[in-house]
Amino acid sequence: MITDFWLHPALILIVGAFILPFLPKWLKRPYLVIVPTLAFLDVLSMQGQHGTFGVVRFLDWFLTFGRVDGLSMVFAYIMTLMCIIGTIYGLHVEDDFQHVAAWLYVAGSLGVIFCADYLVLFLFWELMAFASVFLVWFRRRPESLAVGYRYLLVHTAGGLALLAGLILRYQATGGDLSFGPIGVGSPSLSTYLIMIGFLLNAAVPPFHAWLPDAYGEATVTGAVFMCAFTTKTAVYALARAFAGMEILVPLGVCMALYGVVYAVLENDARRLLAYHIISQVGYMVAGVGIGTELAINGACAHAFAHILYKGLLFMGCGSVLHMTGKSKFSELGGLYKKMPMAFVFTMIGGLSISAFPLFSGFVSKAMIVAAGFQVHNYWAAFLLTLASAGTFLHTGLKVPYFIWFGKNNCSQETWDKAADPPWNMQLGMGIAAFLCILIGSYTPYLYNMLPYPQIAAGYHPYDTYHLSETLQILLFTAVGFFLLIKKLAPEPKISIDLDWFYRMGGRGFLWLAQKPIQWADSCVSEGYRYVGLIPLMTTAKFWSWFDWHAIDGVVDGLAKTVRGIGGLVRRVQSGQLQYNIYYAVSFVAVALVLYVFA
Amino acid sequence: MIVKLIDFLRDRLQLVIRLSFVGLALLVAWDVLFVSKEHAHTWAEKNIPGFWAAFGFVACVVIIIVSKWYGHLGIMTREDYYDN
Repeated sequence: MITDFWLHPALILIVGAFILPFLPKWLKRPYLVIVPTLAFLDVLSMQGQHGTFGVVRFLDWFLTFGRVDGLSMVFAYIMTLMCIIGTIYGLHVEDDFQHVAAWLYVAGSLGVIFCADYLVLFLFWELMAFASVFLVWFRRRPESLAVGYRYLLVHTAGGLALLAGLILRYQATGGDLSFGPIGVGSPSLSTYLIMIGFLLNAAVPPFHAWLPDAYGEATVTGAVFMCAFTTKTAVYALARAFAGMEILVPLGVCMALYGVVYAVLENDARRLLAYHIISQVGYMVAGVGIGTELAINGACAHAFAHILYKGLLFMGCGSVLHMTGKSKFSELGGLYKKMPMAFVFTMIGGLSISAFPLFSGFVSKAMIVAAGFQVHNYWAAFLLTLASAGTFLHTGLKVPYFIWFGKNNCSQETWDKAADPPWNMQLGMGIAAFLCILIGSYTPYLYNMLPYPQIAAGYHPYDTYHLSETLQILLFTAVGFFLLIKKLAPEPKISIDLDWFYRMGGRGFLWLAQKPIQWADSCVSEGYRYVGLIPLMTTAKFWSWFDWHAIDGVVDGLAKTVRGIGGLVRRVQSGQLQYNIYYAVSFVAVALVLYVFA
Repeated sequence: MIVKLIDFLRDRLQLVIRLSFVGLALLVAWDVLFVSKEHAHTWAEKNIPGFWAAFGFVACVVIIIVSKWYGHLGIMTREDYYDN
């Protein structure tokens, strides 16, 4: 049964977001759960109904809002599911506008996932950037504002690259705006520009520095949303348009290792997790670059699993920040007695991201590495395996160890405040943790949803060789960690990344404005004073003098004369009638005599 | 309950460490003796006993040392570096 009626899940969230601030307080909590659940049910109702929906005529174009197929469905499913989990985690937040921003952000992501042309894609792409920046600004620290503007600046630049690319493509193809495989065999300038737009959102170096900058500064719940949507929507867009683009393989491998190196250096738990997003998205980007059906399945599966375990990790570290106000390892430690539940949930996230057997990463990451080995791309497969050792090292070992064990660096105030978070935060973490284990333990749940389910069904992660390989890598990584633990002790430092260029570049611009430009401005002013102002003042003084002595002299002279005459006249006029008649008659008589005798 | 379990293990830390090493040795022994190398991708995996154990350990050490070396080149800096 196929009906013409198709409801975009983004519309549910957008309408829901605009109604939220007007609701009475008692209704808000149930409403916050109902709206994302409706969006999720809406996505569920589309299963098995693949096709094109929501086609709207706009000027000369037909805009397609609803392309339902295997690829869009797996992403829409996990995005709406994560929206429910994230909203439950943030139920205690009373600032309605945080929820509004988060839902609009998710709506942007869903809009991109379901659209089938670049115009609609661009619209929702920008909605994501402009909605998510509020999740940074709502932290309301003095630095939040600057971080938000930097985030917006970078995303606007990426959006412009995308826009330029799609305009060039529109021109080159004679009006084709459809969003699909872009022809990676013969890339042109427009292909690269569109790819740069996508790569920026996927945080591929050198376009990645916005991510740790913004996610480390976002609100506790905001970061849970941000870690899921921007990068994974970009992975979707890459998988849709750029499957098999070979340059993505080395880029993905570089990302995977880059994130690992910075995660070693990082002292802030949430920034560490943010660097690890870069590392994990590297696997997905490499998977898209390999481009085989197994690799695309792997990229989608890993995005699916990643959204849940990374969300869980951000929830775990976010709950520490929420309760204690701290997120730096050098200000935490030894908290297992105070926050045991947060520890257990974070550990489940850590084991999942590290790809331990029975946890979600094990069944997703392996698919990408296997696809690499399958196409005999050994160096990529080995380097990705190396990065997975780094993943366990940081997220599975460093994060839990230095927050919940290790040296207790907590101040008395931090220690007193530390406790397990409110029930809703624990529930959000509980759902995510359950799903991480479900995905890892029961593979058909995820594998049946993938774009190529028959290929996925033929892949078996739980063979003895793969189990033995994974356990050896992970457990011997742990040996290395405990042997070198002193080297990993937290240092209260920050690491300079490529955002240095635009942060210092911005400062350079300010310096330029303050020093040379101001100096030039002063020179011009001085020059103007000598060349323009002084002669002008001299001329003005002359004219003033001239005005005073010459013109005014004439005018004043006239006035004086008139006044003198007036005085005389005044003296003549006594005001008595008879004198007036006397003068008048005399005047007439004299005039008459002169007239007669002249 | 979780706290009690952790405290129980921490009180017997030396024993836990020893058991972990026994577990690691058993894992490598299992891999060498029983796991079929039919699915191995390369020559090295097939012919070097405990290849992945060595790979994991070396990977971890290399990542830590290289990253710290890189960080101390001047990449790691004071926290107020960007403040005016």
